Amino acid sequence: MNKIKSPLSSSLSHMIIVLVAVAGLSALILGYVYRLTEAPIRKAKDQRELEAISEVVSGGFDNNPFEEKHIIPTADGKGKVELYPARKEGNITSVAIKTYTNNAFGGKMELMVGFFVDGTINKYKIIDQKETPGLGTKVSESKFSSQFNGLNPGKHIFKVRQDGGEIDAVTAATISSRAVIDAIQRAFDAFSKLNSSSAGN
Amino acid sequence: MDKTSYENLTRGIIRENPIFVMMLGMCPTLGVTTSAENGLGMGLATLFVLMLSNFAISAVKYLIPDKVRIPCYIVIAATFVTVVDLTMAAYLPALHARLGIFIPLIVVNCLILGRAEAFASKNSVFQSVLDAVGMGLGFTLALTLLGSVREILGSGSIFGWSFVGEGAETLLLFIMPPGAFLALAGLILLINRFKGAK
Repeated sequence: MNKIKSPLSSSLSHMIIVLVAVAGLSALILGYVYRLTEAPIRKAKDQRELEAISEVVSGGFDNNPFEEKHIIPTADGKGKVELYPARKEGNITSVAIKTYTNNAFGGKMELMVGFFVDGTINKYKIIDQKETPGLGTKVSESKFSSQFNGLNPGKHIFKVRQDGGEIDAVTAATISSRAVIDAIQRAFDAFSKLNSSSAGN
Repeated sequence: MDKTSYENLTRGIIRENPIFVMMLGMCPTLGVTTSAENGLGMGLATLFVLMLSNFAISAVKYLIPDKVRIPCYIVIAATFVTVVDLTMAAYLPALHARLGIFIPLIVVNCLILGRAEAFASKNSVFQSVLDAVGMGLGFTLALTLLGSVREILGSGSIFGWSFVGEGAETLLLFIMPPGAFLALAGLILLINRFKGAK
């Protein structure tokens, strides 16, 4: 196995031409694939969100929550959460709020949280996260997540035990656990702000 | 299949296993093998990218001047990784949700660059693909094995199927980063022992 010498010598012009050609070709391919996959990726994401909504709201719904999407800016004015009301025969039974946190171990984490009208948590589901596999990712398992069911962030000390609250953090993943609480708190704050300004409807 | 082709195909699986023998691609190896399933997923994704990149690099090897070959190989590998990432997100969203975080890591896997430099840049397209399949299988095997050991010891389960009760004490150390080194060292020790014995 001898090294096959390229017939193109490593002169400056050859190097520039080849590098530009390789980079240009890559950019073309990537641009093409990106355009090809953009719509299916968005569709798959919407599908996942709709599934997440039906999972976190209580007792099903007969409206299309996507059509009633309500965007609420967060208190610090930097971000927004999305509220999807679930109605049965016209009455709001619960809401799903798509919220986020930037304090997760892997940066940003997105959650869908289901609240009853009084602000009690029904359930949450993690939509997008970049936590450490096997450690931080455990915040999506029921051992941790079921602690939130029936909790009301306005009435309980909504913190992990290390910070003086009532929630047991995932072992070796306190940052991820705090991040979930942070995201839900953000959703709750937005929801109560909306409730006080317009009585929920 | 002639002898050289067979040799190129099988060499990577055990005898020149990229992890246990050549110690290539240690960063993703230690980082993602917290469970058997993660190891298998990362291994298969790497196998696929390695096949594409070995194929492409071998095909264009005569066109690339020596001094800029490394940046060219990296751009080619990165392009394939992104193509695989986008295609997976679009058409296999369930699989992508599980593996999505590992895919970009493949770019920095020196196994890709290592095989490009050591094999694909010197051999025919067909032999390069065979080499990629063998190395990819060896990598997958090693990652699945390492993931299994860490999952059994650290989480008390295998491929997500738990065999210890809820809340049982497991050796949590093994799913944390230091556990990766310990498990890998243990496996290499066993393999070398086994090899020395025959």
